[in-house]
Amino acid sequence: MTRRLVYLSLTAVVFFSAFPLYFSVVVASSDTSALSDARLLPGAHLWDNVVRVFDTVPFGTAMLNSVLVSLSITASVVLFSTLAGFAFARLRFRGRTAFLVFIVGTMMVPTQLGIIPLYILMAKIEWTDSLRAVVVPALVNAFGVFFMTQYLSEALPKELLEAGRMDGCSTQRLFWHVVLPVARPAASVLGMLTFLAAWNDYFWPLVVLSSPENHTVQVTLSQLRSGYVTDYALSLTGTVLATLPLLVVFGLLGKQIIGGIMQGAVKG
Amino acid sequence: MSDRLYRWDLRASPYLYIAPFFVLFAAFGVFPLLYTAWVSLHDWTLLSDEHPFVGVANYRELFGDPYFWNALGNTLSILVLSTVPQLLFALLLAHLLNRPLRGQTFFRLGLLLPNVTSVVAVAVIFSQLFGRDFGLINAILESLGAGRIDWQNGTASSHVAIATMIIWQWTGYNSLIYLAAMKAVPRDLYESATLDGATGLQQLTRITIPMIRPTIIFTVVVSTIYGLQVFAQPQLFGGGGPTGITGGNDRQFQTLSLYLYEHAFTNGFQFGYASATAWVMFAVIVLGAGLNYLFVRKIRSTS
Repeated sequence: MTRRLVYLSLTAVVFFSAFPLYFSVVVASSDTSALSDARLLPGAHLWDNVVRVFDTVPFGTAMLNSVLVSLSITASVVLFSTLAGFAFARLRFRGRTAFLVFIVGTMMVPTQLGIIPLYILMAKIEWTDSLRAVVVPALVNAFGVFFMTQYLSEALPKELLEAGRMDGCSTQRLFWHVVLPVARPAASVLGMLTFLAAWNDYFWPLVVLSSPENHTVQVTLSQLRSGYVTDYALSLTGTVLATLPLLVVFGLLGKQIIGGIMQGAVKG
Repeated sequence: MSDRLYRWDLRASPYLYIAPFFVLFAAFGVFPLLYTAWVSLHDWTLLSDEHPFVGVANYRELFGDPYFWNALGNTLSILVLSTVPQLLFALLLAHLLNRPLRGQTFFRLGLLLPNVTSVVAVAVIFSQLFGRDFGLINAILESLGAGRIDWQNGTASSHVAIATMIIWQWTGYNSLIYLAAMKAVPRDLYESATLDGATGLQQLTRITIPMIRPTIIFTVVVSTIYGLQVFAQPQLFGGGGPTGITGGNDRQFQTLSLYLYEHAFTNGFQFGYASATAWVMFAVIVLGAGLNYLFVRKIRSTS
């Protein structure tokens, strides 16, 4: 295969990756009646559609809910995964291997299957229809612990910890002053991946949140889509708005995200 | 004093550090899964306080329901249509990227872009593209002289549309994972193969694929697990409302997840019945992932 052909095919694939997103901007900026002629250039109605989205559903509240949910989940997952990863990678304790095997094993179990008892549980403690119900079950995940364990087993020099011990550091001080700085690159990648996943989560928020003012942005998007006649300009404007923050994050930190995915894959 | 404190610190700290994970995970991860099994043996609805034990009646009813078998068939069909092309395509893409190229970062970012997009956004966008009257894909088909297709209404066509969403979203992610594994393959293997006159395709099938076998197994198993749980794409493809939950008017694209959701949250909160569905789904996922694991393990190893 010639070089030129390689570049050509890769460019074509990138084009197809980006096109649906571009096309949603096209539809989002058109008026509904103009849809019949499949156009490919943005129109002038983006602002009207944005206003309509905010008039139809409580979109601002939904965005705020999603920000709150995603940030708290991210902070918690990163902290607890780093703590546990440190323990698994560098501390000696009874049952260490068994605990670790258990964590890796559960990574394969789909969370969707626990949804009904989780709902019963939430109904019992009267958390349904509140953001707590979305945040609390997601505060930890097995992937995060596994990811940080892998990273710290390689990146955290034993000598550094020993030196700290010699100086009389408690384990807690070691964690804050030695482990956390070393863990920062992996922690930021884990944070980004967690934020993306939390922002994009749909099934559980759809199940557990009923009032529109408690919806996360993905559930609100699905509300824009449902109805007897689909107003594509409206629903795709919502889609563009809800994807925009992620695209900004991706534009700024995309290289690191890719690095994290490739790193996780080599070791995983 | 400080000596005792020090020893206590050494002994207790590890458990303190893993405790938050295990406490939360036990409460919201493991307990629900086991509790599902218990609930599935009862006539359990949210509307009644009585939950009589019924044994395997829910499972018997489930296996007697043609709609369940329909959902299982649809799920498997969408799984095959999405996973096979997705992973083959990802392998080829990674193979193309695994050479000194300019603009690596640009290509990688472009490939990962769909993965950053939410499933809901993907489903909404592709539902528009696959629209019968105003969809871009039908407009292209028509200009090529082929007829319009009513994507939502047919079984095969709706499966293709849903599989396309999954392929679009996950191909780039998988190709990056393959690429990472390919980077670890020793270069001199390729050099001697090139000296022996092997083509690019021969190098891919004879060297690369056997060498990255563990990664291929990993992606196949993960995509199987993910593919068997498909929910948002068919639900939103069907309009998000009641027809979304049934997966079209004739249930032509109702998946197992939709079937579960239908019985748990729209048909009077039949939690017992839906829990039985969840456990059967779990069995299908374990079986599917296991079979695929055995199947892919057969890829010839060079060592």
